[in-house]
Amino acid sequence: MIRFLAPIIILAILVSFFFVGLYKDPSIVPSPLIGKSAPAYELPLLLKPGETLGTEKLLGQVYLLNIWGTWCFACRAEHDVLLEIERQNIVPIYGFNWKDDPHLARQWLAELGNPYVASMVDTVGRVGIDWGVYGAPETFLVDQNGIIIHKLIAPMSMQIWHEDFLPLIRQLKAVQR
Amino acid sequence: MKKMIAVLLLLPLVSFAVDNSEAMEDPELQARYETLTRELRCLVCQNTPISDSNAPLAQDLRRQVREMLLSGASDSEIYGFMTDRYGDFVLYRPPFVQRTWLLWLAPGILLLLGGTVLTRTIRQRAAMPIDDDDEDEEAIE
Repeated sequence: MIRFLAPIIILAILVSFFFVGLYKDPSIVPSPLIGKSAPAYELPLLLKPGETLGTEKLLGQVYLLNIWGTWCFACRAEHDVLLEIERQNIVPIYGFNWKDDPHLARQWLAELGNPYVASMVDTVGRVGIDWGVYGAPETFLVDQNGIIIHKLIAPMSMQIWHEDFLPLIRQLKAVQR
Repeated sequence: MKKMIAVLLLLPLVSFAVDNSEAMEDPELQARYETLTRELRCLVCQNTPISDSNAPLAQDLRRQVREMLLSGASDSEIYGFMTDRYGDFVLYRPPFVQRTWLLWLAPGILLLLGGTVLTRTIRQRAAMPIDDDDEDEEAIE
């Protein structure tokens, strides 16, 4: 009896593993930075090149850091969602213009609207490495103490915003009070 | 025609260098650079090492490796730098940790299991009288 059942049981175990694997997206690599301090950096601003911004200057507020570039198709797709989130006025969105042509980036914001309080420019991608960025768009949620709470590696959608980000943001703001 | 075929047959031998950066002056550093960039995964095109990828991120990471080598970083410091930012996934050789022990030990466990089953089956069969094993022949009789 065992002789006949054993292969079937082994097959069933394998199939269940494959079945779970089928619904996992291998292109999403969990970030080791979750729960850690945001990397220290300071970068010039896209629209005010004379000024800089970075982790230290952003301490004390809960904010989103959105990695974008004009070469990134999915960034265009999520742009309207970011504008909508900005209109909700719950948390500020800071842009991180990654490996892009600043001229094209300014044009993009002028044409599509600007959801960002400010966009920092990382043309060479050095700070991007410190953030473990590997594919735009990515969105980080950073808390008042500069700790990275959450990372989205996909275009933002209203569903993701409501289900993943808002509950975390409410929690963070509740602690603040 | 024959010449053309010969040329076409040779074509696959032409290799196109992806990493066209200048070799480092110190051959020892260059050797380490080549090993490191082969051991680090390009996260954009996941099944290629950063040495074989033209993705902008792979170029950035190669530059990072080169700069760290030049500033005297050890191999483990460079791997550490990468895993701190991108996780163990950047390594083609996952470390032996709690999450991966089964992955590492599975081949040995399977070999042991298979070996045990095999020797047991062989012993059982060897102990059997030859005729008993063949049910079909019995049926024919």
